[in-house]
Amino acid sequence: METYSFLRELADSWVLLALTAFFIGTIFWAFRPGSRATHQDTSNIPFRNDTLPCGKECEGRSCGETGKFDLEAGQ
Amino acid sequence: MLNYVKLVALGLVFLFAALAADWGRDLAYQVHALIIMAVSGGMFVWILRRTDERTSMPDASGYMDGVIRAGVIATGFWGVVGFLVGVVIAFQLAFPALNIDWAQPFANFGRLRPLHTSAVIFAFGGNALIMSSFYIVQRTCGARLWGGNLAWFVFWGYQLFIVLAATGYVLGATQSKEYAEPEWYVDIWLTIVWVAFLAVYLGTIFMRRERHIYVANWFLLSFIITVAMLHIVNNLSIPVSIWGSKSVQVFSGVQDAMTQWWYGHNAVGFFLTAGFLGMMYYFVPKQAGRPVYSYKLSIIHFWALIFLYIWAGPHHLHYTALPDWASTLGMVFSIILWMPSWGGMINGLMTLQGAWDKLRTDPIIRMMVVSLAFYGMSTFEGPMMSIRAVNSLSHYTDWTIGHVHSGALGWNGMITFGALYFLTPKLWGRAQMYSMSAINWHFWLATIGIVLYAASMWVTGIMEGLMWREVDDQGFLVNSFADTVSAKFPMYVVRGLGGVLYLSGALIMVWNMWMTIRGGSKVSAPVGVPAE
Repeated sequence: METYSFLRELADSWVLLALTAFFIGTIFWAFRPGSRATHQDTSNIPFRNDTLPCGKECEGRSCGETGKFDLEAGQ
Repeated sequence: MLNYVKLVALGLVFLFAALAADWGRDLAYQVHALIIMAVSGGMFVWILRRTDERTSMPDASGYMDGVIRAGVIATGFWGVVGFLVGVVIAFQLAFPALNIDWAQPFANFGRLRPLHTSAVIFAFGGNALIMSSFYIVQRTCGARLWGGNLAWFVFWGYQLFIVLAATGYVLGATQSKEYAEPEWYVDIWLTIVWVAFLAVYLGTIFMRRERHIYVANWFLLSFIITVAMLHIVNNLSIPVSIWGSKSVQVFSGVQDAMTQWWYGHNAVGFFLTAGFLGMMYYFVPKQAGRPVYSYKLSIIHFWALIFLYIWAGPHHLHYTALPDWASTLGMVFSIILWMPSWGGMINGLMTLQGAWDKLRTDPIIRMMVVSLAFYGMSTFEGPMMSIRAVNSLSHYTDWTIGHVHSGALGWNGMITFGALYFLTPKLWGRAQMYSMSAINWHFWLATIGIVLYAASMWVTGIMEGLMWREVDDQGFLVNSFADTVSAKFPMYVVRGLGGVLYLSGALIMVWNMWMTIRGGSKVSAPVGVPAE
């Protein structure tokens, strides 16, 4: 019961404060100065990489080909 | 060398399953042992035939799409199975004779009902989530799935879980926890599969080429991690015997009830909401051809959902042995949750800003918009029903069933159909779906089906709630329980018809997918055509 009372007290004081502060912090973090450009870039991610971007995996092939290889290999 | 290890392991599993099939103490356990025996035996032969053979190295150039194709097919298949069982049990309620005598106890409503809920939530919804998270994480990270064939293990392991769970329900193995019915060994197996899923997902994120993690991945990752936590805590149980399916829960009484609804409501919150929001934040911008309306709002949506949802469970236990403060806490958080939910809905809908004309021309985007509308509707209805005074009318009535289905059929179903129509042509290298007018038919059948379903359940639910509390001037209850049952008959029939419409829409979709995959000419361009 001692453990329960301790945890209960901790939960509705410091932990509650910490979680609330973290939550409020994320909102301020979203609106921090300079976030607009980052968010614009990030929100455009779905419109890139429709085929796997070239890295070490596709050496010796042209970039656009990767999609076709993908189909043929049935992978 | 690895193959030899696999062969030894499979041989041991086969031996254990053979012993279990013989010594098993109940039918469900014995049937499961036979299934495991067949699967491990089949895999043993399959691996043996490939051992010491020269096999070509897997092509590591493009994205790993094979497992996603399999997931698309599995989603369509389990969807139809789940909807069909749903229609059957809907008519069983209207016409009890459909609990066919000679098929007892297997075709009983009580055994088919968990089969329906698990088939639609975990088989249809789960496959949709797994395949679309594999698709989304690769495209938004610019990286191939991590772990090679581990993704295939996740896919097949999950199908095995579904088969074990479904056969278990029909044969009578259940631990009697709603949405967590499978018995202990099926739970352990799902845990293994889920950890592998998390590893594949996280591994891919670690290997990403994009600097930032796109918001869809945040939602999907929170879905994977939270479901793992919920699943493990709610299924803490001790098997009676290793040769039987029966187990005993570690928690008891009101603690068990609270754990169950902490699990149950967060299964809604993180499986059916966070996971599907991950799909929404990728497929809606993709289909609309424009980035999400406000990325800031999506971040706030995410954190608010994470911080609030986890507390909402106790609203399932109003007027029970649960302390009042706990159910008030659940109610308050449920009501606060309304705000981020609508923020997310607005964010999704406003993504179409400047492209509203697509609603007229593109049936796929129409499906996604309707799904967001149902998301908004059920996330308004839910907080309202969590208020104690409203709950005293709605609880234990069909209003709850109607609420669940406007969320599940409307939000989860429609966004999944939209994702399937988006993915099928892309994954099989076709320009578009085989028939656009079939998508239109599906859209209207599904929408009218949901409207019939939700409307009839509102009427019957509120009627039933009012009948239960009606007292005469002497203070006696006016209606017996059987009175409400007979009064509900017409609404039950309408509900069943709504289900038939929804099922026939899904059948049209499966036919359309089949024709797209089988027929039609291949597009010469690579699978993913870069956006203009």
